[in-house]
Amino acid sequence: MSIEILMPALSPTMTEGNLSKWLVKEGDKVNSGDVIAEIETDKATMEIESADEGTVTKLLIKEGTESVPVNSPIAVLDGNNDQLTEKGIDKITEKLNVDSLNNEKKDIEIENSNPNIISKNQKNKKLEFSNYQSITMRQSIRDAIAEEMRKNESVFVIGEEVGEYEGAYKVTQGLLDEFGPSRILDTPISEHGFTGLAVGSAFKGLRPIVEFMTFNFSMQAIDQIINSAAKTLYMSGGQINCPIVFRGPNGAASQVAAQHSQDFSSWYSHCPGLKVVAPSNAFNAKGLLKSSIEDDNPVIFLENEILYNQKMEVPEDTNFDIPLGEANIALEGKDATIVTYSIMVSKSLEASEILKKDYNLNVEIIDLQTIRPLDSDTILNSVKKTNRLITVEESWPFASVGSEIVNIVQREIFDYLDSPIIKVNSADVPMPYSSVLEKKYLPQVQDIISAIKKVCYI
Amino acid sequence: MKKKFKKEDYIKIYRKMLQIRRFEERAAQLYGMGHIGGFCHLYIGQEAVVVGVLMTIENNDSVVTTYRDHGHMIARGLEPKKIMAELTGKQTGYSNGKGGSMHMFSKKNNFYGGHGIVGAQVPIGTGIAFTHKYKKEKQICRTYIGDGAMNNGQVFEAFNLASLWKLPVLYIIENNMYGMGTSVDRASAGTDLFKRGEAFGIKGTKIDGMDVFKVIEAAQLAGDYVRSGKGPYILEVQTYRYKGHSMSDPAKYRTKEELESYKVNDPIILASKEILKKKILSKKDLEKINSEIVQEIKDAAQYAIESPFPEEKELFTNVYL
Repeated sequence: MSIEILMPALSPTMTEGNLSKWLVKEGDKVNSGDVIAEIETDKATMEIESADEGTVTKLLIKEGTESVPVNSPIAVLDGNNDQLTEKGIDKITEKLNVDSLNNEKKDIEIENSNPNIISKNQKNKKLEFSNYQSITMRQSIRDAIAEEMRKNESVFVIGEEVGEYEGAYKVTQGLLDEFGPSRILDTPISEHGFTGLAVGSAFKGLRPIVEFMTFNFSMQAIDQIINSAAKTLYMSGGQINCPIVFRGPNGAASQVAAQHSQDFSSWYSHCPGLKVVAPSNAFNAKGLLKSSIEDDNPVIFLENEILYNQKMEVPEDTNFDIPLGEANIALEGKDATIVTYSIMVSKSLEASEILKKDYNLNVEIIDLQTIRPLDSDTILNSVKKTNRLITVEESWPFASVGSEIVNIVQREIFDYLDSPIIKVNSADVPMPYSSVLEKKYLPQVQDIISAIKKVCYI
Repeated sequence: MKKKFKKEDYIKIYRKMLQIRRFEERAAQLYGMGHIGGFCHLYIGQEAVVVGVLMTIENNDSVVTTYRDHGHMIARGLEPKKIMAELTGKQTGYSNGKGGSMHMFSKKNNFYGGHGIVGAQVPIGTGIAFTHKYKKEKQICRTYIGDGAMNNGQVFEAFNLASLWKLPVLYIIENNMYGMGTSVDRASAGTDLFKRGEAFGIKGTKIDGMDVFKVIEAAQLAGDYVRSGKGPYILEVQTYRYKGHSMSDPAKYRTKEELESYKVNDPIILASKEILKKKILSKKDLEKINSEIVQEIKDAAQYAIESPFPEEKELFTNVYL
């Protein structure tokens, strides 16, 4: 009986991987637990083991093949055991060609958003850079850190697994090699302690970049972020500032459940003294992070794990930056405005295509980029033009960033509104684990489409 | 190793302790009159700790402390009138009236607060020490900790980091016997607080904090140890606060007899006895110093009362740089 070996998912957000090496050949006998191949993900190279016993009858994917979708067959075993897979041999042989492989167990975010739709409409392109390179957001963040560290000796990186491990999400890859352990500091798992230490060093003139493995763990340190970093300039009558960046992945990844999936944008935006930045693609991640590191105030830099792997053309120029406090009009339109940030920009762009195709609606999409200070002028000017507004964000609905935008818009330009404003948020519950419930919890393209139809009375 | 003191050293020690005492007495009076609001934590009884340590400070070292900070600022050389002006919420105060009793800073004097959250200053002071090491400076950072903070988690996270990275930080535990109304033995499993660094490989000692000369001696040794690059050190100083935790605390959790037993060893009386015994100054000299300080503090209070309040527009300044 034949058993197909599938490309494994080696992390919650992995959708594809490179088959870097076969450690068995056709005809070899394998036992369960034997290492059969090396798979390279965006984070690491890992060995995979066979779960079944048998003889390798066919290696379906050639060594060195890149971007093999998760859950596609990579080899066939002539197994001795009952196999778990429901697929028959006929189906396997149909899929011998890698190009025709379909990812049958698509992850939710893949099914529900097209990650290739990212904002190409960055107004900062007027800066006219001569050279661009296509890189992922993970690389653009790393490049921004490295460039700023080369410019200024006072900049250093501190956090868990940032050095020798090269980052839990491989964002700090290569930094230890270039800058050494005195500037790339691996810490123990003591968020409260190392955050306070970094804040103290910033009071004294250094410019730390604190990496939280995820922002969920920043709650361990939130007293130092709010009470020390954000307030001391004010409490000292302007004497002591805190030039520090807190960065890391924020919001939902994929099926990591309630304690590891939370959007902190509104928590931190609530606090005067902090700036809050949320990039939506590799381009603005680099420009915004460089501005954040150069800023003399504490900046909360909220990344999104699902976006880490998305590529975009990014200027190579080391002087490229995007000013904080300026929103970007990711898509121009006249019928309704969507105000959004981070990963929801991609989902909004995807919704905009459907709205155009099916309803002939041209929506305008504002990517906030910086949440605090908020670029309310750009929002107000857009709503004056479109007269209709929805906000789209991943956070919980109560007292969210969208809530404040609703307040500003009704207060400043009440008469321009042709319909009530609708907020699209996650469900008002802790994040569930099950993929079906997770999908229901998060704002989806269809939710955005429904909200736009509602404000347009369609 | 006994440190040799010159006459001016004795005068400085006496003057500083007295300055703190008279300042705090006046602050209590102004609080009662309604000129000072909010929380106000007085340092009376603990003067020998900060003044003793002050005598060992070199190279304009950094310092960070808790919210019981008025005495620390005076010791550090900040002007009493500007401290008092901050207490009264005036524009002329160190934080332009925006910090108050618990939040005062002087970057010029390497005084990094004045922190209102118990324990928060410990990682911060460790980070200031980190900066000294990062920049290859000779300075160390003295980080004061109340006994109450010695059961706060971030303190131990900071101890671990300081020892792991051999940071030049001297932790000084001011053990005044009570964290607010809870005595050390009711709060701490194991009351030898200086031993709490042992698990991290941090050495420590405990000394009598009512005798300024003993504090100087111990602080000198501890400071030298830290400055030599061996990493952090913990100095526990046994002291006592005469007043309640803050102005609103009647301190009913302790007996009058207990308070009196400490007042017998009053740090200022002890120092003056030593000065008289050694015939460094006469009783008359000491009285003269006292009356000068009384006047200085009176002037400071007057300055604070007469100074203008911040203008309303100040509400919106210093939020961002």
